[in-house]
Amino acid sequence: MATYSTNEFKSGLKIMLDGDPYAIVENEFVKPGKGQAFNRVKIRNLKSNRVIERTFKSGDSAEGADVVDVELQYLYNDGEYWHFMDPQSYEQLTADAAAVSDAAKWLKEEAICQVTLWNGVPLSVAAPNFVIMAIVETDPGVRGDTSGGGGKPATLETGAVVRVPLFVQNGEVIKVDTRTGEYVSRVKE
Amino acid sequence: MEAWQPAADFATLRLRAELLARIRRFFAARGVLEVETPALSAAAITDPHLISFAVHPDGPGSRHPLYLHTSPEFPMKRLLAAGSGCIYQIARVFRDDEWGRLHNPEFTLLEWYRVGFDHHRLMDEVAELTSILLAGRVALAVPERLSYGAAFQRYLGLDPHRATVAELASCAQRQAVSIPPGMPATETDPWLDLLLTHCIESHLGKGRLTFLHDYPASQAALARLQSGDPPVGERFELYLNGIELANGFHELGDAHEQRRRFEAENAARRARGQPEMPIDEQMLAALAAGLPDCAGVALGFDRLLMLAAGRPSLAEVLAFPFDRA
Repeated sequence: MATYSTNEFKSGLKIMLDGDPYAIVENEFVKPGKGQAFNRVKIRNLKSNRVIERTFKSGDSAEGADVVDVELQYLYNDGEYWHFMDPQSYEQLTADAAAVSDAAKWLKEEAICQVTLWNGVPLSVAAPNFVIMAIVETDPGVRGDTSGGGGKPATLETGAVVRVPLFVQNGEVIKVDTRTGEYVSRVKE
Repeated sequence: MEAWQPAADFATLRLRAELLARIRRFFAARGVLEVETPALSAAAITDPHLISFAVHPDGPGSRHPLYLHTSPEFPMKRLLAAGSGCIYQIARVFRDDEWGRLHNPEFTLLEWYRVGFDHHRLMDEVAELTSILLAGRVALAVPERLSYGAAFQRYLGLDPHRATVAELASCAQRQAVSIPPGMPATETDPWLDLLLTHCIESHLGKGRLTFLHDYPASQAALARLQSGDPPVGERFELYLNGIELANGFHELGDAHEQRRRFEAENAARRARGQPEMPIDEQMLAALAAGLPDCAGVALGFDRLLMLAAGRPSLAEVLAFPFDRA
């Protein structure tokens, strides 16, 4: 893997640090009037998603991380692993719970997801921004009833629970924004 | 916005022109002569922390690389030694590998020298000019002077002139500063630079001009040393709102001491695996012939304009910053 000098640092660059892959979030070049210059970087650990601050002496370098984002199709969950397929090569890849994390509840079979690979292995999975799913369980709402904050919980086919307006009924199909976990609209099948 | 278009708006570019005109009026009224000196030179700065752009001429008869100046200091000192009297220059200068919110690899320096001034008298004049240029745009309280030692005492509770590497490293740890790999085990200056940039600079010049002065002797650069305990470099830096604007010296006139510092810097370059730079023999010859007692300062004009215009980054006050050049 290539190494990158601090003068190539920019947001989005993937580097290795203490054995983990990181993405640069912010890079600030600081230099006193005269003397040693530094790059103060905010970097996100791609395994834990935690953002930390690190300082490098300007001119030093960091090893690049073999991290790429690919679009994969979600196939199924075998109880332990989530299986994905590259729609071009038909190559199959498995992701563990740490990689799938919060995306698990939005994964519906055949959905195309953005999967981040580190050394060819899924490191994280992002659900599609919007998903369309059927409601499998919700209390019958009363039309015009605006009590309870104007909503009620509804369980979707993947087990995710979202708040929906009272007029939405069991068995209906809805569109959800997975980034906020919020109901967007009803969808006519 | 498309890449061919200017990054700065025209109001900012008009302000740039207006401030340059005011600077010229300021010095004309004081009898300070505007000069121009070469941007390309066979000699270069030896400071290991400054990287000069090298130019390789391909014209007939050309032999050696030339270097774009990082400041017009050396030829201006030759003018002073030749009897120019007080001089100033608005110069475009070049520093490789310096690019960020507050850095552009080419930028405009206002550099001036006052014969008969020491660094304290020059700080007064820097404050006067800066206040005129920022008037009506940035509210300024009375300027402040803070010695380098007092700043480290105030913000970190340590004596920068006597602290050891171990003490500086544990201070950095207490301050939760991320310590970069490869920090030196014996040399204290990079540790002082780390603490200054990470823990002190943001406090300097809050709503006022703060002059940080009397630097450690090891950071005197081209300034005179003031004997004492500890000895200090008669050097100052100006800060406003945490941003460093200017660097000044009570100028060193001792050719032997200057040569010793240049050679020590080239030795540091060798040790770091950096190329040595050709020492400016013409400048040393000028010092040997006699530099009048003077103080000089270099002020980052683009940063001053950035503060005057209330912009957050240098790129917004340059017609075409480096990535559009």
